[in-house]
This record gives sequence, C-alpha cells and structure tokens, in this order.
Amino acid sequence: MQTLQGIAVSPGVAIGEALVIDNEGFRIPQRFVARDAVQAEIARLTDAIAGADQEIAANRDTVTEQLGKHYGAIFGAHLKMLHDTRLRREIESMIRQKHYSPEYAVSRTMRRYAKVFQSLDNAFMKERSQDIFDIEKRLLKHLLRDRREDVSQLSSPVVLLAHNLTPSETANLNRKYALGFVTEAGGPGSHTAIVAEAMRLPAVVATGPFLTDVSGGDLVIIDGNLGRVILQPDEETVAKYRYEAEEHRSVEARLKSFATKAATTSDGERIQLYGNIEFPYEVDQCQAGGADGIGLYRTEFLYLNAKKEPTESTHYKAYKKVLLAMGDKPVCVRTLDLGADKLVDDADAGDEKNPVLGLRSIRLTLRNVPLFRTQLRAILRASTLGKVQVMFPLITTLKELRQAKMLLSDVMEDLEESKIDFDRHIKVGIMAEVPATALMLERFLDEVDFVSIGTNDLIQYTLAVDRSNKDVASMYTASEPAVLRLIRMSIQAAGRVNKPVNVCGQMSGNILYTMLLLGFGLRHFSVPPASILEIKKVVSSVNIKQCQRIARRAMSMEHSQDIRNYLKEELRKQVPELVP
Amino acid sequence: MDSDNQLKAKKSVEVKNPQGLHLRPGEVFTRTASEFKSTIEVISGDRRVDGKSLLDIATLGASQGTQLEIEAHGPDAEAAVEVLAKIVETSSVDELTKEP
Repeated sequence: MQTLQGIAVSPGVAIGEALVIDNEGFRIPQRFVARDAVQAEIARLTDAIAGADQEIAANRDTVTEQLGKHYGAIFGAHLKMLHDTRLRREIESMIRQKHYSPEYAVSRTMRRYAKVFQSLDNAFMKERSQDIFDIEKRLLKHLLRDRREDVSQLSSPVVLLAHNLTPSETANLNRKYALGFVTEAGGPGSHTAIVAEAMRLPAVVATGPFLTDVSGGDLVIIDGNLGRVILQPDEETVAKYRYEAEEHRSVEARLKSFATKAATTSDGERIQLYGNIEFPYEVDQCQAGGADGIGLYRTEFLYLNAKKEPTESTHYKAYKKVLLAMGDKPVCVRTLDLGADKLVDDADAGDEKNPVLGLRSIRLTLRNVPLFRTQLRAILRASTLGKVQVMFPLITTLKELRQAKMLLSDVMEDLEESKIDFDRHIKVGIMAEVPATALMLERFLDEVDFVSIGTNDLIQYTLAVDRSNKDVASMYTASEPAVLRLIRMSIQAAGRVNKPVNVCGQMSGNILYTMLLLGFGLRHFSVPPASILEIKKVVSSVNIKQCQRIARRAMSMEHSQDIRNYLKEELRKQVPELVP
Repeated sequence: MDSDNQLKAKKSVEVKNPQGLHLRPGEVFTRTASEFKSTIEVISGDRRVDGKSLLDIATLGASQGTQLEIEAHGPDAEAAVEVLAKIVETSSVDELTKEP
C-alpha cells in the first residue's frame, strides 16, 4: 500500500483497477486471465519476446554499423535481458500461478527490476532503469499489438493514471467505464479539472511522479475529496472507503426529499437556485434536483472536442437540447472562455508567458470575430426555443463590453435581414471575475441585464495566486477578507439597481459559504448540479436575519482561516447533519 | 561419480572495470557463466544473485572496487570460478570482446 497526496479537483471516491497511460497510450486493461487460457497466454508471451527480439537485433545491427560496436553492445545487453532465464521464469510463473495476464505480469516484473535499479547509489546503474522501461515498452507493444486503444475506447471499468490528460481526452472518456483519474501534472484551475467535475469523475491532479510504481491492473483508490491516491490498498482501507461511499449514498438519499421543494429560507425568502453545466446531459441532474434554471452553460466543450472549429449548427444543436429540456426556465449561455493555448489549430498560440493574464476568453473572441459571430448567431437562433440569456466572460473594461454588445447587435441585424426569428429582448450579462470589473460594477450595471460573479478567477486575480502552483496554492481561498469584500460590494451594487446577480464559482456550491452569501444579500446561486440538494437543505434551515449577523461577524475578522473556522462552526449549529 | 556433482568452488574478487560490473561486462559474465553446467551465484554483501542472469547481476550495482564472491556448484565449478573471476578482474570490456 502506498499513499500519494495530490490536489483534489473533483469530489467522490473511485475504487478500481489501474489503467496506466503513458506517452504512447499504452493500456493494460486486463489483469487476470482464465485458468484454461494460461497456455495460450504463454504462447502470446513467447511471440511477443520473439517480436521484441527481432526488433532489438535489427537495432543492434544498425547501430553497430553506424556508430560502432560499443554502442551496438547496448542493444546486445537488451537482448540478453530480454532472454534472461530468471526474468522469463518470473513472468511465466505469474501467468501460471496467479493467472495474471502477460501484460500485467511483464509490467509487474519489469517495474520491480526498474525499482531496484533506481534504488542503487551508482548513478550509472540508476539509469539502467531506463533500459528496463525500454524493454517493457517493447514487450507491451507486441503484446498489445491489436488491442492498443484510444482512451476514449475503454471497454471495462478502470481508474486512469496518466502524466497528464488533455481536456478533450477527459471529455471523451466513456463515463460508463472511466471511474476516475489521477494525473502526475496539472492544476486545479485547468479545464481538465472542470470537465472532470462536470462529468462527476473523482479526480486528483499534481501528485508528482508515481507512474513507475504502478502496473496496469493494480487496485487503486482515488479519494477526490481529500486529494489522496492509494496504490494497492489493503483490505481494511478498501472496506473503509466502501463504507464511506455507502454513508454518502444514504445522506444523498435523505436529501432527495428536497428535489421537489423550492429553495426557501425558514423565514420565507425564495432563493433562485440554478445549475452550472458543461454538457447537455447534465441538465438531467439539474432537473432531478429541481433547479430553477441553468445559471452557467459553459460552451468550451464544443471547441475542445472538435478537431476543427464548431459550426453554427453544432452550437445550435447543443443549445437546443438544453433549452428543450429546461422548458420555460432560464438558460444562461456563456460565450467561449478558453485561452488561446487551448484552441485547436491556433498558430498564434503557444508562446504566451503568462496565459491567465493573456489572450483568452472575451479577449480572444473579440479578436476572432468570425468565430465569435458563429457562436452568437447560434445562441440567438436558439433563443426562440426557450428563455436564453447570453453572458460574456472575463470582461475587464467597459470598452470590451460595448464591443461585444455591438457585435451581438450586428449579428441580430444579419438575422433580421435573413428573416430568421430570434428573441430581440435576449438578456445580456457579464461575468464579474476580474477585480477591475467588481470595482467598477456600478458602471457596468448600467449596460447589462444581470451579473454573475465568477469566484474562481476573482480569487486568483485578487490574491495574485496561481492555485496550480503548489508553493502558493494554500493562499488560494474564497475566505480571504479582500475577496469577500469584492463579492459583497458586487452583490450590493447589483442590489441597489435591482438587477439579478448570482455567484457561479466553486464557492457558491460549497455549503460553507451559503449563509455568508445569503447574509451579503445574494438571492441567486448557480451551483454544480451535484450540490443543488445540499444547498437547498442549508437554505431551508436558516433565516436571513441569522445570515446577516453571520456575515457581519465574518467580515469583522482578519484571517481567512478564522473566517472558515467560524463559518464551519455556524454551519454545524444550523445543519449538523451536513458537517462531518 | 556422485562426488563430482557435489563440487563446490568459491573465489573472492574485486571489480576492476572503472564503470563497475555494468551491462556490457555483465553480459560477458553471464554469457560465459551460462556455458558452464554448474549453478553459479554471485554474492555482494548480504545479497546473493543468479550468476547466469544479467538482470540479477546488474541489480547488484557493483561498482569499481566492489568485493564480490563467486560461488559455483557442479562438475565444472572450479573452472567456472577461475574464468569468471578473470572477467570481473579485467579492467576493460574491449579486452573481453576483442576479436581473437
């Protein structure tokens, strides 16, 4: 058993067999083979060794010819290792006695050797582990020859372990078989992390290197709540996690009664509770929780999944699905919110030194007018199907807002000319996620119908903290007084002119902050679908007076940790069953 | 000749190759060892490995100056130990691999 600590990016627990994905996409899906297949599996191993032998010998000859005998001898040694009688005996006995698949047996054996080499003091010998990995890779390539598959083609339930996963790889995972994932690299703000949460896949990122310690097929537990990964857990640990999963399910079952109730405080204040979604299918969970609408429909998946830029019709179809499902409830579509580095085939991308301060989101779309127009046209066309709102992300200046609105009117005119129907009174809003915008919100409010406070970016920009940088990640918190003050200011500014404001960042889905936000005057929340019932439970357990008192008290404190402790204590008093 | 099979030989040697008993000298060592009928083991400190397995030999990480013991059991034990000791005490792989 070995425990790794990473950053939790998507909650939940997954227990399953490991699928290790390296740069070449190897996967070892099957850990065991049937008893009567042992002979055939050993024959497969023999074939793979013969195949690897031919390759290495050919390599040796080429290298000897071109570089000399010295270098050729390296591959001579590889051949010798490949045919090492002890190695062969070990692999075969794993297949015969433990009924391991040849892939798993090869990986287990080779990685054990590699580990011994890595533990040696001698730097030269340490590097020999690379020779072992090289041979392992060759053997696996031959063993998996016909069965090497893309991660999108999973055929049995697995937990994915990789150095890194791209957002599109994540988005394309088959939810039936992908139980969760762990990546050595990555950060909590990444799109991969957001996609994982949307797909409700427990995920941990930034564990640091560990892939050489696991073999495909090993049992792994992913604890997406604590950011923990347990390799080859013992029975007791597995039992403990299964028990917790059971507990979690029973709390969820008890919350089910809130699905049909509106979110109303104990003193009768009706709170609008919306869902944040990325994929159209997430609407189901919003509906099941009795959401009042979709407060944030992210559209990045349309760009990430595609090999090329999505067409108007691709956009339209995705919006249509959500709108028809939501009926007359509002659906707020946010326009593209990606960095240039994430867009396919963008030649300009790649050399940004500081992408979060760079060309992304509305800045990117305002410079790619045709791309932006395509999306706006699709949103407008879809506006006849339901109650669509459009929202611009990362607005920093009034000029940007006006440019975006001008483009929107321009597209409206086009549609009018073409006699295509749309909602002329579509509501237009912005994300308040840059401190500059929160500070100037009164001015922005003159020109928008609503505001959504995006706390994830607001925290990062206010505190100047990159939460994927482990040295400073602990400074990233919504409970920092400066962040709370900006949020309160924004809520109050909107309140004064009577325009709807919601909070849609991760903070709003965290029950720790529900009472505080209510105390600030927030009446609209947009939360991850999985949090809807919990938030309803908290809302219905408290009254506004109480929340105002809590907010005043919290805002008198100086330290984020004190504020969190205080909020937890209050939450425990009001809703003890939700605080562990 | 039962007693012949019980033959046992043992010799202490020091690794002379500047890079240790790494893969290439190890390859020569295990190839040579495999030509003998005797079982051959190499001992370094408290570790004892199969002298015919290159992987096992390599895991000793024996660098220059390491003291090793070569132990053989079998009909040709004496000869095996002599030949293998020479390989360990040779300072360059080229001497071992040069054409006759």
